[in-house]
Amino acid sequence: MSEVELLSVSKLYGNKQPYIIKNLSVTIESGEFFVIVGPSGCGKSTLLRMIAGLEDISEGVLRIGGEMANHWSPSQRDISMVFQNYALYPHLNVRENIIFGLRVKKISHEEREKRLLEACEMLNLTDYLNRKPRELSGGQRQRVALARAIVSQSPICLMDEPLSNLDAKLRAHMRSEIRKIQRQFGTTMIYVTHDQVEAMTMGDRMMILNQGEIQQIGRPIDIYNHPANTFVASFIGSPQMNMCEAYYDGTSQELRINNDLKLTMALPKLKTSTYIIGLRPEYIHIPQPNNSNQTTVQVVINHVELLGNDTLFSFQVNDQQWTAKWNGQWLFEPGDKISIALDADAICVFDKGTRQLVHSSIKQDHDELQKGVLA
Amino acid sequence: MAMENPTSTGKVPSLNMPYRTFWEKTRPIQVAILFLLPSLILFSVFVFYPLFRTIYLSFFLTNQKGLPTVFVGFDNFIQLFQSADFLQSIEATFLFVLYTVPASVVISLFLALLANEKLKGIHFFRTIFASSLGVSVAAASVTWLFIFNPTMGVLNRMISFFGIPEINWLADPHWALLAVSITTIWLNLGFSFLIILGGLQNIDQSLYESSSIDGAGYFYQLRRITIPMLSPTLFFIMTVSLINAFQTFGQIDLLTGGGPGQTTNLMVYAIYKDAFVNFNFGKASAEVVILFLLILIVTLLQFKFVEKKVHYQ
Ligand SMILES: Nc1ncnc2c1ncn2[C@@H]1O[C@H](COP(=O)(O)OP(=O)(O)O)[C@@H](O)[C@H]1O
Ligand SMILES: [Mg+2]
Repeated sequence: MSEVELLSVSKLYGNKQPYIIKNLSVTIESGEFFVIVGPSGCGKSTLLRMIAGLEDISEGVLRIGGEMANHWSPSQRDISMVFQNYALYPHLNVRENIIFGLRVKKISHEEREKRLLEACEMLNLTDYLNRKPRELSGGQRQRVALARAIVSQSPICLMDEPLSNLDAKLRAHMRSEIRKIQRQFGTTMIYVTHDQVEAMTMGDRMMILNQGEIQQIGRPIDIYNHPANTFVASFIGSPQMNMCEAYYDGTSQELRINNDLKLTMALPKLKTSTYIIGLRPEYIHIPQPNNSNQTTVQVVINHVELLGNDTLFSFQVNDQQWTAKWNGQWLFEPGDKISIALDADAICVFDKGTRQLVHSSIKQDHDELQKGVLA
Repeated sequence: MAMENPTSTGKVPSLNMPYRTFWEKTRPIQVAILFLLPSLILFSVFVFYPLFRTIYLSFFLTNQKGLPTVFVGFDNFIQLFQSADFLQSIEATFLFVLYTVPASVVISLFLALLANEKLKGIHFFRTIFASSLGVSVAAASVTWLFIFNPTMGVLNRMISFFGIPEINWLADPHWALLAVSITTIWLNLGFSFLIILGGLQNIDQSLYESSSIDGAGYFYQLRRITIPMLSPTLFFIMTVSLINAFQTFGQIDLLTGGGPGQTTNLMVYAIYKDAFVNFNFGKASAEVVILFLLILIVTLLQFKFVEKKVHYQ
């Protein structure tokens, strides 16, 4: 069993305030691909290093495989780790770099060679075995670091932003590669990234961290549909969720954004008050003729980006810049006045004070739809 | 087909064209020389001229003023290699190198490893360990004169505590070279320590973290990471200490004056005595040439055999 459990874990560097990690509790299941995501400096690396035993845990309990592991040395935890800068030994060639850990663990020569060969074939490194790290490209170095984690065959693998130094194409390739390897070995993966695309696409579950505090834990798609607060809402999704203040009138069941833009919707749980609403760019639609159910409004475009098969355009809503994403190629010019339709069903409503989600209604019917498509 | 390219009809840039003059062709070298000129001038005045003058003098007998009188060919060299004093001086120099270089490197490496640990007040120790860098040879020699003093010196008091009889460190032929070596090692430490500590702090901390996850212990890390990563630094320190050891003068002059009975008469000190005490500039020049060749050979050997073990990144 190799689940990792954090119970009310906190971290202070050198016993000095502030808390870098605040009272954090989470259980990472055995064999799970768990992504920790958050902006730079939010404490992701610190958390990972605490799990690895490279930083001590100021408060709280860390359990690995059900046992209290706070004071285990890094090697006792039976983990492998891929560092952000790869931490390859510059003076050793690729082969020695990969089997360094196996030598330390006094694993037999035959076994070492077998694992080395396996990992190198998997990662296309066989031609580079005698090169020094400085003679490799960024992507190749990254693969060496990955190979080092693979040959250790540790049940738990920690990765700290392993793809952040790669170009976009290679990154996309390595994302699927890492996922594939993790599935193949059934490794418990704790994967740190600041990139929300990686978080969305790779993880079984993800945890969003901000300033050392958990914002939300869950399946990526659930987090996308039901962001727990405005931070998560704006952090996950690209382009980010459009937000602005709106007044909800309980008696007329009307959500008033401004004088031109009112959405009629019943939000029985909400009191009459000012809220923050959020709407993702893809839920701003092309108005359909003869549809009385939709809420349309005229806006003035002030910025356009053509992405090939999608078009992004921005416009002003109150004091906020909103973006819409339409399928197809739309040759708008800044200054054009167009009609758009808002999908009221997709609106998330957040409390203005606490910024917590109080309403979201994206129908959970994609499971049903999926069943219909699957043969 | 008519070429529309303007360069094909009009003026062609003169790259690789045969009618370039010699002056044009050597343009980069001219510029390079211009940049090198200041250091070339300095080197010529202070290094090249004395070097060639010394080689020239080594083939002559000289008068009191150091001016050449009679050309004697290799006679100066032949006489030197027949002189027991000079051979003794070479032997003492090599012994001195052997005593000081490895010890300096090993001790400063040890101190640097200690000072690189994250401990409370480590900055204080770093300053202390590096402090001999700021002490002049003269001041250090005087201090060590006191330490070595047979009756009042700290060293003899300490060993008498263990029941060892008094040693006349600087006047006893068995101990004098060792005493001078100890002083020299102490003098070397500050510089070597500082350079090695710099080298240590340049090693990426994540290498140690990564290997500790694999379960590597302190000495395994030292052997497989620290020493190899530090090897360019260690090689540099070794080369510098080696050349310094061959050229040692100040400590000898102040501590022993080459005595007792030639045992600490290192080559540079012998040269000094022949040139400026006996005014035998021809002989002294020949000794200088031999010392120069010795240092050259030893350094080349070091580059040939030791550098192979150096891992440049
Ligand atoms: N060794 C350290 N000493 C003191 N503060 C640190 C140390 N390492 C990181 N921090 C602080 O902890 C916070 C989180 O850092 P880190 O975990 O590296 O963030 P992330 O990996 O999410 O970018 C930062 O504000 C950083 O300044
Ligand atoms: Mg980080």
